[in-house]
Amino acid sequence: MIQIEGLVKAFGHTYALRGIDLEVAEGEFLTIVGPNGAGKTTLLRILATLLKPTSGLVRMNGRVLSPGDTEIRRQMGFVSHQPLIYSDLTVEENLHFYGRIYDVHRLEERVDVLLDLVGLEGRRHSLAGTLSRGLQQRLSVARSIIHEPSIMLLDEPYTGLDQQATRMLRGLLGAVSPQSHAVVMTTHNLAHGLELCDKLVILSRGRIVYQAERGSLTLAELQEAYWLYAEGEGGLGAG
Amino acid sequence: MQFLNKTLAIVWKDVLAELRTKEMFSSMFVFALLLVVIFSFSFDLRVEKVAEVAPGVLWVTFAFAGTLQLNRALSAEIEEGRLDGLLLAPMERSTIYFGKMLGNLLFISATEAVMLPIFSVVFNLNLIRPAFLLTVFLGTVGFAAVGTLLATMAANTRAREVMLPVLLFPIILPVVISAVKLTAGILDGLPWASLAHWLRLLIGFDIIFLAVSYMAFDYLVQG
Repeated sequence: MIQIEGLVKAFGHTYALRGIDLEVAEGEFLTIVGPNGAGKTTLLRILATLLKPTSGLVRMNGRVLSPGDTEIRRQMGFVSHQPLIYSDLTVEENLHFYGRIYDVHRLEERVDVLLDLVGLEGRRHSLAGTLSRGLQQRLSVARSIIHEPSIMLLDEPYTGLDQQATRMLRGLLGAVSPQSHAVVMTTHNLAHGLELCDKLVILSRGRIVYQAERGSLTLAELQEAYWLYAEGEGGLGAG
Repeated sequence: MQFLNKTLAIVWKDVLAELRTKEMFSSMFVFALLLVVIFSFSFDLRVEKVAEVAPGVLWVTFAFAGTLQLNRALSAEIEEGRLDGLLLAPMERSTIYFGKMLGNLLFISATEAVMLPIFSVVFNLNLIRPAFLLTVFLGTVGFAAVGTLLATMAANTRAREVMLPVLLFPIILPVVISAVKLTAGILDGLPWASLAHWLRLLIGFDIIFLAVSYMAFDYLVQG
């Protein structure tokens, strides 16, 4: 589903990614954890076509990723810690807008389904700017799946959420993930990362320093591995 | 068809937000009004002086007020990463450029439409005539075309409010000069034949600015 080969990204002389090789199979949920500056967001932004890699190759659904490929973007949904919604538009108007630029057919029906799914039916006519951070993030999830993407990219989706909002979002992502054929999530939070994933990698200073299957991993083992491979290496990288 | 539909979706999104807040229109209108008042006092406009300075005052007012719109329109997209939401959509990046450019054109034109009657009264000139309206439209197209591109560039910098006029005004000079000359000629009642070269220059720069901005926008937003 997603194949990454020798991916390098440099910003001037600073390397954010130093040769990433990774594969996400169909139906797989991959979590990427790592300290600040490990290159998690850079990696996800390259997968989302928001950044151009310096070298290396990414294939998604058999297509080589290129920034000019508009079709590949139709297959992706992207959620970040910024909700990417317009605060002066209502919840419904935000979804209509994104539905139009994603060429969603039967948009009215799709908006109804999504509002129901994310529990915002009662806030349909509220301005997005008046929603709490947690509700904005739920709207962001609805925005990201309006075109029924086969690949979900989640970049630190829990950042800035309180405990209750985090719990709600975790439930929502758990419900939404099976509808996608592959999910890649970055997070700081090891417990959140481990909970939903099938496979987990630790990224540190632009390199994959640890990989494990979910089934064989406990939180305690992950914390130990994280300390050993990520924090132990100093953790501070570029990007 | 999809290109048009998506471009209009971006314009409509901006129109909806503006109708709700009236933030940009009111700022531009008040700023333009203040400029006209300041100019009219500072030049001590007597009847014989009006026709000489009015074209310059008019276009300086439109350019300064328009800069407010350009700054706000693009910084609103870039704040909180909303531009990413547009860049992620399955459309050519030029769609975003044309959507934002048409929005800017619409809002600046709306301010001009309100300002022109006020200008006519303050300067005691008849500005509501087809030839003059065409000049205003063509001048605004050139301004919005290159302004949208440069505002996108400036919005990514820390000193965006300062950076935009510094980048924009030198480049927009040919459009402003052509528009001022055309305006002066129309006010002086010169025949079209003697103004045709200014009109051609204005249209030419509109086309060049649109084409260059269309080609450069993709490169500008590519990380």
